[in-house]
Amino acid sequence: MPEGQFCNKTPITTDEQLKATLNDKGGKQYYEEMNHLDVDSEKLWGAIQKTMKSRIKTWLEICAHCGLCAESCFLYQVNGRVPEQVPSYKIQATLGQIVKKKGKVDNEFMQMCMETAWSKCTCCNRCGMYCPHGIDMGIMFGYLRGLLYSQGFVPWELKIGSGMHRVYRAQMDVTMEDWVETCEWMAEETEEEWPGLEIPVDKVGADIMYTCNAREPKHYPEDIAEAAILFHVAGENWTVPSEGWEQTSLSMFAGDWECCKDNVQNVYDAIERLKPKRATGTECGHAHRATVIEGPYWTGRPDGQPPVPFLHYVEWLAEALRTGKLKIDPSKRIKEPVTLQDSCNYVRNQGLKDITREIISYIVEPGYFVEMAPTKEHNYCCGGGGGFNGIGKYREQRNMALRKKMDQILDTGCKLVIAPCHNCWDAIRDLEEEYEIGIRWSFLKPLVIKMLDVPEHLLPKDE
Amino acid sequence: MYDFLTGPMLWVTFLVSFGGLLVRAVMYVRGLNWQLDRVAYRPNMKYGLRGGIISILAFIIPFRARLWRVRPGFTLIFFAFHIGLLVTPILLEAHNVMLKEAFGISLPTLPTGVADVLAWTCLVGGLFMVLRRIAFPEVRIITTFYDYLLIAITVAPFITGLIARYEMGDYNFWLMAHIITGEIWLLSLPFTKLSHAILFFMSRMQLGMDYGIKRGGMKGSDMAW
Ligand code: SF4
Ligand code: SF4
Ligand code: SF4
Repeated sequence: MPEGQFCNKTPITTDEQLKATLNDKGGKQYYEEMNHLDVDSEKLWGAIQKTMKSRIKTWLEICAHCGLCAESCFLYQVNGRVPEQVPSYKIQATLGQIVKKKGKVDNEFMQMCMETAWSKCTCCNRCGMYCPHGIDMGIMFGYLRGLLYSQGFVPWELKIGSGMHRVYRAQMDVTMEDWVETCEWMAEETEEEWPGLEIPVDKVGADIMYTCNAREPKHYPEDIAEAAILFHVAGENWTVPSEGWEQTSLSMFAGDWECCKDNVQNVYDAIERLKPKRATGTECGHAHRATVIEGPYWTGRPDGQPPVPFLHYVEWLAEALRTGKLKIDPSKRIKEPVTLQDSCNYVRNQGLKDITREIISYIVEPGYFVEMAPTKEHNYCCGGGGGFNGIGKYREQRNMALRKKMDQILDTGCKLVIAPCHNCWDAIRDLEEEYEIGIRWSFLKPLVIKMLDVPEHLLPKDE
Repeated sequence: MYDFLTGPMLWVTFLVSFGGLLVRAVMYVRGLNWQLDRVAYRPNMKYGLRGGIISILAFIIPFRARLWRVRPGFTLIFFAFHIGLLVTPILLEAHNVMLKEAFGISLPTLPTGVADVLAWTCLVGGLFMVLRRIAFPEVRIITTFYDYLLIAITVAPFITGLIARYEMGDYNFWLMAHIITGEIWLLSLPFTKLSHAILFFMSRMQLGMDYGIKRGGMKGSDMAW
């Protein structure tokens, strides 16, 4: 059988398809259909010839098979150092073979590739820093995922995820109306405590436009309220767009490049429409990567930059604290050992390593901050990156992957972990659920709000 | 035979070898694609070059990159092997005599003792490369016959050269063998994985530019390779 009802080469583009695929609980039928899915070798080889240029071609060719990348991969480390987890092996055995066989591979092989691409690599790009030839497996696995997606070999949740983005332009079924309503609701709720607080939607010419992660309106609307409080206290002239507010990209995890482009374009269109001076997004690593680091290329912006300067939340926060827009009450600073999760997506992939430490210097009593080892761009993935967190089929492997972060955290002796990345936050939450090591974890927003030194005039009058 | 191998054949070898490497470098650059690679090379050339140079330096200076520091033993042998491989043939007295005869130029030459040590280093280094491929599972799994073949091609001129140098057996035979293996090695450069002689710099440069432009360089933070 060539293509199934759910498992096929066509992306999900309608609400009905989406709901039907979702109803296939756990992807039971989906994975069953996958066993019969044909490989379109011609199309596969055609895509490779069109898109595999110098970089990946050379990487595949000159890999010295030296194995120096092995130890750099946290998945190799936590999986008993089995040779099958050596980054070079993982890519040579999958993409390398597809290229060697000019796309003439079978179903079984593609399923093996799928398993490797989504459960043996989180695209954390760490190995690239340790290969003498500069071979970046994270990039190559991203490329492989694209090929697999186009052939229908993609985990069920990610097929749905990118379908969500295609249908709702959000990683969850949050419509434009839902979003605007949530903003209004949060503004009302929060206004009692913060008189004058607003969440201005579609204000033209604001200083800063804020975008977020669809999980916030859907599951943690308080995060939007917290963002609003901080903008309010900082006296920021800000806005959120009614359309183009969703910054995440499950399509990037899925390898659905066409969809990635569409989503980012939607955010950029909001920027063109509202003409803010700058933009910033929520505390999310992959969302930032999709919108700010890779997005400009997907949409074909030759300078590689978004239409206006686009900051990660940590950059905005550091700036607000540095310039005194937000003031911290020194008596409320964190006075317990605390550590910081460096998210691969904006630390290793955009160099934002010192700025988070600057924030730490304002909010943590000196002497209480403990670095993980290794830190900054050498830090390990949280264990749930690249879509790993969300894929039920690979839950066991993901739980194994969490062990690296667990060991790192245990070694610091801290009970509190600051995780300014949604995905890292989720992974650390799951880590505590799974291994019960007695830790707490937090985004920056709620921590900062608790220790703000709020100017008199912003406080409720009657108190 | 000797005259042919050190005359026209040597010319052809040099031409094919260095010309071929040059072609590979040019093809590499031509095959870069800012949109597929997702790196805006051209508009941010300054950041790119900076990142690229930092990235190359980190990996050609021993113990500079973190990789080299976390594996000191490997690093020592790796650098000794590569230095011996590059320096010995270029600065060997016997080679320079030929160079002088052919072009009337010559480079500074190594004292015989040093040249010997370097050549032996290459051999030992090569042996070590083979042994670690066999010994370590993480290297064994990615090793193919081709990898061994390339090591053999690379150390063969050193083996034959040393035999000739110590005049073990028939000197003329070993000299001939040395020249032939040397030429095979040179000819393999552009056509095999040995092309990393030039492609290493291209690939390192490219990833360095990637980091220098997109992944932090323009935010003012250099990657701590
Ligand atoms: S470190 Fe680089 S060259 Fe060596 S095996 Fe790994 S990917 Fe290949
Ligand atoms: S990108 Fe990360 S997870 Fe993937 S192979 Fe490299 S180190 Fe391992
Ligand atoms: S979830 Fe965070 S740590 Fe994990 S890969 Fe993504 S950015 Fe990196």
